[in-house]
Amino acid sequence: MAVVELKNVSYIYNKGTPYEAKALDNINLTLTGDGITGLIGHTGSGKSTMMQLINALLKPTDGQVLIDGVDIWSEPKKIRQVRFKAGLVMQYPEYQLFAETVEEDIAYGPRNMGLSEEEVHERVLRGAEFAGLHPSLLTKSPFELSGGQKRRAALAGVIAMSPKILILDEPAAGLDPGGRREILGGVKKYARESGTNVIIVSHSMEDMAMYCDDLVVMASGKILMHAPCAEVFSRADELIAVGLDVPQITRVAYMLRQYGVDIGRDVYTVDWAYDKLRSKN
Amino acid sequence: MKNIVLEAKNLTYEYPGDEDTPAVKAVQDVSFAIEEGSFTAILGHNGSGKSTLAKLLCMIYAPTGGQILLNGKNMSAEDVTEADIMEARREIGMVFQNPDNQIVATVVEEDVAFGCENLGIPPAEIRRRVDEALDIVGMTRYARHAPHKLSGGQKQRVAIAGTIAMKRKIIIFDESTAMLDPLGRKEVMDTILRLNREDGITVLMITHYMNEAAMADRIIVMNKGQILDDGTPGEVFSRPEPLWKVGLDVPQTTELLYKLKKDGYDVPLDVFDPEICAKIIARALERGRS
Amino acid sequence: MKSDIAFGQYCEGDSLLHRLDPRAKIILAVLYIVVIFLAKSAASFGLLLLFSAALVGVSGISPRIVLGSMKALTFIIIFTAVINIFWMQGEVLLFALGPVKVYLEGIINAVLIVLRIMLLLVCTSMLLTYTTTPIALTDGIEQLLAPLNKLHVPVHEFAMMMSIALRFIPTLIEETEKIMNAQKARGADFSEGSLLQRAKALIPILVPLFVSAFRRADELATAMECRCYTGGAGRTRMNVLRYDWKDFAAIGVVVLLGAAVVVLNILVPGIGLAM
Repeated sequence: MAVVELKNVSYIYNKGTPYEAKALDNINLTLTGDGITGLIGHTGSGKSTMMQLINALLKPTDGQVLIDGVDIWSEPKKIRQVRFKAGLVMQYPEYQLFAETVEEDIAYGPRNMGLSEEEVHERVLRGAEFAGLHPSLLTKSPFELSGGQKRRAALAGVIAMSPKILILDEPAAGLDPGGRREILGGVKKYARESGTNVIIVSHSMEDMAMYCDDLVVMASGKILMHAPCAEVFSRADELIAVGLDVPQITRVAYMLRQYGVDIGRDVYTVDWAYDKLRSKN
Repeated sequence: MKNIVLEAKNLTYEYPGDEDTPAVKAVQDVSFAIEEGSFTAILGHNGSGKSTLAKLLCMIYAPTGGQILLNGKNMSAEDVTEADIMEARREIGMVFQNPDNQIVATVVEEDVAFGCENLGIPPAEIRRRVDEALDIVGMTRYARHAPHKLSGGQKQRVAIAGTIAMKRKIIIFDESTAMLDPLGRKEVMDTILRLNREDGITVLMITHYMNEAAMADRIIVMNKGQILDDGTPGEVFSRPEPLWKVGLDVPQTTELLYKLKKDGYDVPLDVFDPEICAKIIARALERGRS
Repeated sequence: MKSDIAFGQYCEGDSLLHRLDPRAKIILAVLYIVVIFLAKSAASFGLLLLFSAALVGVSGISPRIVLGSMKALTFIIIFTAVINIFWMQGEVLLFALGPVKVYLEGIINAVLIVLRIMLLLVCTSMLLTYTTTPIALTDGIEQLLAPLNKLHVPVHEFAMMMSIALRFIPTLIEETEKIMNAQKARGADFSEGSLLQRAKALIPILVPLFVSAFRRADELATAMECRCYTGGAGRTRMNVLRYDWKDFAAIGVVVLLGAAVVVLNILVPGIGLAM
């Protein structure tokens, strides 16, 4: 069953003005809701637009966006309901915290959904737990938290809405390797335990390789590939051709073939490469 | 032996505490010397003290202990005045993390000129320096553009042009690539490398990207306000255990070679180029384990 | 492209008007305003209309844009006209609607006053906003007011504040959009509910916006300090404003225009303003 479906979707910014710019060009995409989907592409490839279309922040110029088989713009008045279903965590979400306490901030989304106070409280605790935020922090002001904690608080605020789809734009931007592992590891755990379909947008191929199950590669407003990680990285030359990077280890595997050591083209983590090399000898 | 331009001697900085928060020693007894024309990366995780160190070196913070020596002159002595610090800032500049928050003017070339204008340089000379600086960072085309329309990488290049127009010899980059996309990061890294190699500018780069640190001549690893390791990228990354312990990564090539070496293959660890790494592995597999 | 609003008034160009020194343009605008107020007779208004049309012609900006900018003033124009038509007492009674009497003088007055408002608008927009970037205007004002420095008026600091504000308007507009989107994604609703509810809905936007503006201000201050900024004293400028013959010629033309208007007022009084 498709959770998210984009049918012939196009999006044009500033349509009808001299600044007209086509961001998405007749996109078709089906996400079935298993695990984590990575969305990769350059700045300007259309991935941010796609994200905002799924979250109904933008309305497609052409085509349909379906969630659970229903066209999200069929009833424009109920568009807020769609946003509750498709949670979006923007880049640097810590800059959107505003409430007096972390708890109040996380509760903002669930309250907007019109849930009972009891339910809201429950959701807050759940959101905080999944985001790896210690309960003792809930009574603090969000502005007292460390950078990493703020990021988690913002993430908790969206998780607390229990969306069916969780879209994360560069969730690990600006974090050091330890911070990246914690936040992305947390997201992976959340995806597995809650059964939520997670979409991660990121520039880091290494991170994508580590945490995603399948990848959607975008270039110039079109979808170039949509396949499991191994398959996408096995087409390294195509990625490089559109100016995208591949993990360093994929390049090593690629070069190894030229020196007569074939460990496959679909290697994208160090452990995998190592295991393959070991099984060779 | 090359000229030492910047030196930290037992440098310490303690953030003052109050009733709720205890005082924190962000930098503790750190000593190192930076050679003229060198490229040093300061690597560390968030909260390791690396950003505080940058602010100390730029004299934005005054150390609570120890000294900073700029061209042999103690900048932390009691008798150093505000005017001396201003004078020192002619030598040492900083490029910050957020590209938006360091651009002052509404036109690119006006922003590049800002520092020179502050120094009271004659207009014709400023014009010449601004044109030259924009050329060095490859932004001449955008001289009359509004900065808010540039990409992140371009904004950082404008900020770099602003410091080189002031003819500064040392530039500190405080996570200047952290907010950029891969393309912007490459633009900025290429510019930094060119400045260092072609124009002889001394570069200190604070980062947590291993791949960027690997391009430097020297890496100083910070942890808990202290120096954890100090050496060439080859030396530092060939000792990956302490890095892993404090939550830092090493390049994937090093990680793979490290695993193979542990299995008894005779391979070096200080290889960051995928092609060379592949060649070494292929040869090692031929020779077999020792 | 919303972030362009702040600079929307300026029309890129390389006309004579664009190239005049901003200080000269400010002086010209002030002089021209005086001339417009000097005009009394229909003949002198005719001359000014011709001159303003010439200004638009020289600037190379489409007359449609100029007329379009008057739309914003429609209300003021109509209001002034109505007041003049109905309040003005004169000798030639045209018609009367009960107690309200409309005189020919009233109509003439209304037409001329509306003309005056339009001339003022064209003059300031042609000389200042359309052909001068906000930053050049700021520079011009700073240098014109420089003598006030001696009276300890912080002219440079005001100008710096202005230009930093101009620099950050687009950045903050962009940021506002981002924050609005983020809160919308969390189910915020800015369009429904009572006034109070809507005002309350703005808190999640305003708080982060202020926090971020302060953070930016803080970082910018550090960055400026690192670039050796210590205020206006001892500062030079890369682009030094210089008057040249064009500027003096332009001022001469406007002074002549003023003389012509005065002469026309006397020589060809004809129909004219009663006040």
